[in-house]
Amino acid sequence: MKFVDEFRDADTARSVAARIAALCEPGRRYAFMEVCGGHTHTIYKHGLEDHLPESVRLVHGPGCPVCVLPMGRVDDAIAIAQEPDVIMTAFGDMMRVPGGDGSFFDAKAAGADIRMVYSPLDALKIARNHPDKHVVFMAIGFETTAPSTAMTVLRAAREGIENFSIFCNHVTIIPAIKAILDSPDLRLDGFLGPGHVSTVIGCRPYEFIAARHGKPLVTAGFEPLDILQSVHQLMLQLHEGRCEVENQYSRVVPWNGNRRALEVIGEVMELRPYFEWRGLGFISQSAMQMRAEYARFDAERIFRVPGVRVADPKACQCGEVLKGVLEPWECKVFGTACTPETPIGTCMVSSEGACAAYYNFGRFSRERVRAGGTTMLADPVVRR
Amino acid sequence: MTRTGNGRATTVHAGWAEEAVATHAGAEHLRTEEQVLERIERARRRRPRVREERITLAHGAGGKATHTLIEAVFVEAFRNPVLEQLEDGASLEVGGARLAFTTDSYVVSPLFFPGGDIGDLAVNGTVNDLAMCGARPLHLSAGFILEEGFPVADLRRIADSMARAAAAAGVQIVTGDTKVVPRGKADGCFITTAGVGVLERPLALSATAARPGDAVIVSGPLGDHGITIMLARGELDIEADLSSDTAALHELTAGLLDAGGDGVRVLRDATRGGVATILNEIAAASQVAVVVDEASVPVREVVTGAAELLGIDPLYVACEGRLVAVVDASRAEAVMAALRAHPLGDGAAVIGHVADDPPGLVLLRTAFGGTRIVDMLVGDPLPRIC
Repeated sequence: MKFVDEFRDADTARSVAARIAALCEPGRRYAFMEVCGGHTHTIYKHGLEDHLPESVRLVHGPGCPVCVLPMGRVDDAIAIAQEPDVIMTAFGDMMRVPGGDGSFFDAKAAGADIRMVYSPLDALKIARNHPDKHVVFMAIGFETTAPSTAMTVLRAAREGIENFSIFCNHVTIIPAIKAILDSPDLRLDGFLGPGHVSTVIGCRPYEFIAARHGKPLVTAGFEPLDILQSVHQLMLQLHEGRCEVENQYSRVVPWNGNRRALEVIGEVMELRPYFEWRGLGFISQSAMQMRAEYARFDAERIFRVPGVRVADPKACQCGEVLKGVLEPWECKVFGTACTPETPIGTCMVSSEGACAAYYNFGRFSRERVRAGGTTMLADPVVRR
Repeated sequence: MTRTGNGRATTVHAGWAEEAVATHAGAEHLRTEEQVLERIERARRRRPRVREERITLAHGAGGKATHTLIEAVFVEAFRNPVLEQLEDGASLEVGGARLAFTTDSYVVSPLFFPGGDIGDLAVNGTVNDLAMCGARPLHLSAGFILEEGFPVADLRRIADSMARAAAAAGVQIVTGDTKVVPRGKADGCFITTAGVGVLERPLALSATAARPGDAVIVSGPLGDHGITIMLARGELDIEADLSSDTAALHELTAGLLDAGGDGVRVLRDATRGGVATILNEIAAASQVAVVVDEASVPVREVVTGAAELLGIDPLYVACEGRLVAVVDASRAEAVMAALRAHPLGDGAAVIGHVADDPPGLVLLRTAFGGTRIVDMLVGDPLPRIC
């Protein structure tokens, strides 16, 4: 398929991989974090790590908006959904995320009216069609999705729609990266920057990472060759002794971001003093809430939410996995107590989480497959 | 109006999570990835348990939750050697005759869609379940649950379509039942069909029969039905030139069995959960690995495009007129020729093969040149597609 196949070509991948391998210094190990969950998904879905030399490791970061949502916020949303005459709307990947007492799916089965939508505008449409109900949109995501939430609020205001509100859980990427950079056990050589977020915020906000923390960053696209090429750019910087912010995804990401999108966010939302991230704890100025001028669209002001914090079980080691200190399989509960059906920690929640991606796509012994030379590496039985 | 920020004074614990951790407590601390993988496979082989207190849509999606529900509730209650095989239909001996018997319910929304409707779906689905047992389909029953207010004209249209599908498949609908429920207690029209067929070949087709070296074949492009239904709902504002693949596969199957003989090990139609789910069932039942070559999996460009947009893998999308066959490698070419000679099989392809290691897993060699697992589906990307 056009615009897809050319970014997934195995021969090109092999030649980029060879160039990466040529840049590896003997005895040195490299660890790069992809910040965005979309990258994690691509890496596993295409088996990208098979192309990387043994000494280059990708660490899967905190950039999955579903994963980082604390359980207490899910409980709050369910409490709103259970109010009389409320229709709760959410993206599909929110449906299975567990709170302290079950997920949206469970609440829906127990009678709450919770509907899957593909865009906040769909939620607004439901509000228009059901004037006797109050429709709440469960807003999640980084700067990528915040503009569409903000645009929807502005449209609702313009149309004078009164039975619509937002349960705002939008978060911002820079404070999360800062939290990781400040971690004492950080062992990273560089970052793959989040491509989708960067279409909105641009590449300039990352400059402090190179300048003050001495880690190069390459903003990367979401096809497997984008990621492989970005790894090559990082390796090249290390090899040449440079430490810069580069933009691999320039076909989509403008260096200065999208000014209009940022304005729209700023008009409708403001920073919260602090917000809890699953696996990372409280981070100051890391999330957004509705401005007072739009209080009539703010579900947190319209409804009474319990606001109870739900602690992650002690056995959960998501924090260490997110910072790259542990591999997913090294966590004590991985794959037994904590699975995609019963995710205990943030990394197992959505397919963009590091543990879920490893469980769903990577749960086999590469060493055994390579060493054993089992039939899987042989050609198919019948040639086409 | 109450303002509650994110600064939470009280902290509680998630009971279900603590309980899950406690269930698995005391596990030895493992050092190597290999040991951890083995422990996970042991945990996965344990008898499934339904955690939820209520049925959720995931229980109907054909993936992990459906399997858990069937094993923990139905097999547990009805336990017998025929049911325990969990094939598409039951193979029975009655007075010297070998019969295949199956049933299926249809709740698709919308009722009418490009390429078909709930009527021909209900006939073809049951005909196909019989065909996958290796049987010649003979007789069907049809039960209707109708919602008060449902247009009679629509019911006529559905009945006509069932009659045409039955005639095309060479089966008769010989008995039935009708119930009407008050408005709001059903969604228009639900249909349940059951079918009987005769097993004329001395074959023992079973998901347990796959052997290392076997070829894995699909009869045509994947995902047409599921994506068609998704687009027919009009929620996505995507238009595509695509129609359902619903079709009766008994003729195609007969040709396949003539060509493959006892070299045919497993036949399945790839409905809910798609080809990925079928291959996982086969890998688990036969304790083999199934290795799929992504580049040889046939998928139409429109399906690839829609699936990319929706974030769905076509391997998990339902088909209603495609089969998966596992056949002895020495018969693979003959089987492919037989499939391609039939209009319903002209897009057939060998998509992979069976290997001995790692047992119970489906591996995909990606077009990008990597390897990954294709697991059972968790959750439900597309509810009510059949």
